[in-house]
Amino acid sequence: MRTVVVTGVGRYLGARVAVRLARDPNVGRVIGVDAAHALDVAAGGDVLDDLTGVEVVRADLRAAEVASVIADAGADTVVHLAVVTSPEAVGGRAAMKDLNIIGTMQLLAACQQAPTVRKLVVRSSTAAYGASFRDPAVFTEDTEPREVPRGGFARDILDIEGYVRGFCRRRPDVMATVLRFVPFVGRHADTRLTRYFSQPVVPTVLGRDPRLQFVHVDDALEVLHRSVTEDHPGTYNVAGPGVLLLSQAIRRAGRVAVPVPEFGLAAAATLIPGFSYDQVDLFVHGRVVDVSRLIGEYRFTPRPTAEAFDEFARAHRLDALLPPDRVRAAEATLRDSIRLLRLGGQWARRRVSEARADQVREA
Amino acid sequence: MPVGDEWDTRIASALALLRRRLTGEYEVDEFGFDRELTDEVIYPALRVLYRHWFRVEVFNVEHVPAAGSALVVANHAGTLPVDSLMLSLAVHDEHPAHRHLRLLGADLVFRTPIVSEISRKLGSTLACHPDAERLLGAGELVGVFPEGFKGVGKPYWQRYRLQRFGRGGFVSAALKTKAPIVPVAIVGAEEIYPLLGNIKPLARLLGTPYFPVTPTFPWLGPLGAVPLPSKWLIEFGEPIDPTPWVDRADDPMVVFNLTDQVREVIQTTLHRLLARRPDPFGD
Repeated sequence: MRTVVVTGVGRYLGARVAVRLARDPNVGRVIGVDAAHALDVAAGGDVLDDLTGVEVVRADLRAAEVASVIADAGADTVVHLAVVTSPEAVGGRAAMKDLNIIGTMQLLAACQQAPTVRKLVVRSSTAAYGASFRDPAVFTEDTEPREVPRGGFARDILDIEGYVRGFCRRRPDVMATVLRFVPFVGRHADTRLTRYFSQPVVPTVLGRDPRLQFVHVDDALEVLHRSVTEDHPGTYNVAGPGVLLLSQAIRRAGRVAVPVPEFGLAAAATLIPGFSYDQVDLFVHGRVVDVSRLIGEYRFTPRPTAEAFDEFARAHRLDALLPPDRVRAAEATLRDSIRLLRLGGQWARRRVSEARADQVREA
Repeated sequence: MPVGDEWDTRIASALALLRRRLTGEYEVDEFGFDRELTDEVIYPALRVLYRHWFRVEVFNVEHVPAAGSALVVANHAGTLPVDSLMLSLAVHDEHPAHRHLRLLGADLVFRTPIVSEISRKLGSTLACHPDAERLLGAGELVGVFPEGFKGVGKPYWQRYRLQRFGRGGFVSAALKTKAPIVPVAIVGAEEIYPLLGNIKPLARLLGTPYFPVTPTFPWLGPLGAVPLPSKWLIEFGEPIDPTPWVDRADDPMVVFNLTDQVREVIQTTLHRLLARRPDPFGD
């Protein structure tokens, strides 16, 4: 029976992963760790309502206390999901970097000291590849970033993956699975990206139409779960196969795009809190990854990007400016009225020519 | 339901296209190629230029395989890469299989707003090994201009003189994926914007490889963007089968020899085509 420690249970992904593991009869104990602060915030929402079966421990990852949690439980598997993707959730970029970098370092140090640990599963991101005009169209797991990305989150991800590689060198007996996720979408997913697409009018970069990929939250959970219950060492891209262009996604969600010049966005990235180069570079150059390694190894195919996005879009269509069904109705009306007009015209012409023929006959 | 005529069908399909575009119900591939937009909007517009402005004539298009991967290698000229668009249209319209040519472009293309967006939608991608091999591996028809900026931005008095073919990266990509190489000679692109000079400081300011001076640009302002109506001839050469060398894709001698062979074929074909077209602007 496995004993699993899951970090970041104060947030949606961590909570769902922990609960699902707790329900799995093949998993013995599930210990959920998060900072007291994050857990209090979560308790206000509905994340913690059904953390049934999960032993929740309030511990700050940045402090050494996490080591005793792992050691006391004799955990054999550690699932690291406490990776912060945006500064506004934790009160600034400095705190975000602290949580990501120091948190991961402390956790890995704790794992290194715990001889019981046999497996490590880390949530990473495709932000690790960066985004630039010199990059190949599709990233495989072996693609190295051309240069250090300018986005803070992307730099954190590179550091986190670097620490994991170092840890694997020091503890070759531990099987490490690194999952590089594309942004999540789903009925309930509340991320910066889903908030972006929920606005009625959506800003885009003038003259750019980036290729985007999404993964459905449920598929991400499936992959994380299998990473614990099955053995899949290595690094994997996790994305819904296929691609949506930003313009296409906006149209599918029934929103209206407002193109903004690139330099305006770059200025916004430095001025507006919560808006960073991570987004600017993604929305200028886009990012697409190859998922064949995941599909081959896990024997599991996430639902396609377009399908995952459509499900999200259907759930958020309430205030859309251009809902697809209305466009379809307008099309039908327009088509039928043109046909009626043309039929009317034909009929009138026929009547005129008949009348002329009558006149000729009368004459 | 009244019995519709041809116009009813046309109006209905145009409205359906408009609706699909407005609601995003179309597909793009992982490179960003938008087949519907290309076939229904961009190609029809280019076709006017192809048929009536440049009067393009195509020879031996059957040398392009009807299925499976192949690397189409052509000469590059004309200040602006109009030849890449005309070559794509020639392959699509004249070949019985109506294949789409997936062009490999310089990084400047993907750095520039609007141009990058349209290029991706037309099926282009960055000229780099991973992308070339991925496309060829998927059985696509890939188009490449190994001269790059040296070809497209050469002065008018050097017209139809092939420039250096880079490092031969296209040959190693073809060898690695066992794709046949189809050499293509394009006559006509050199005369569309005869390049007389290059304002280097402006080019440096804009970050472009050159700032062109042609008989009409920049003197006539936007009118200078109208290409001269030269007569175009495009000839496809016999495919070069890479099979004898596939296990030596990393051998620089093999790569250089094949590169030279392709270059030689294109240069010879260019001279022959030029002899057939004494007046660049004739019929």
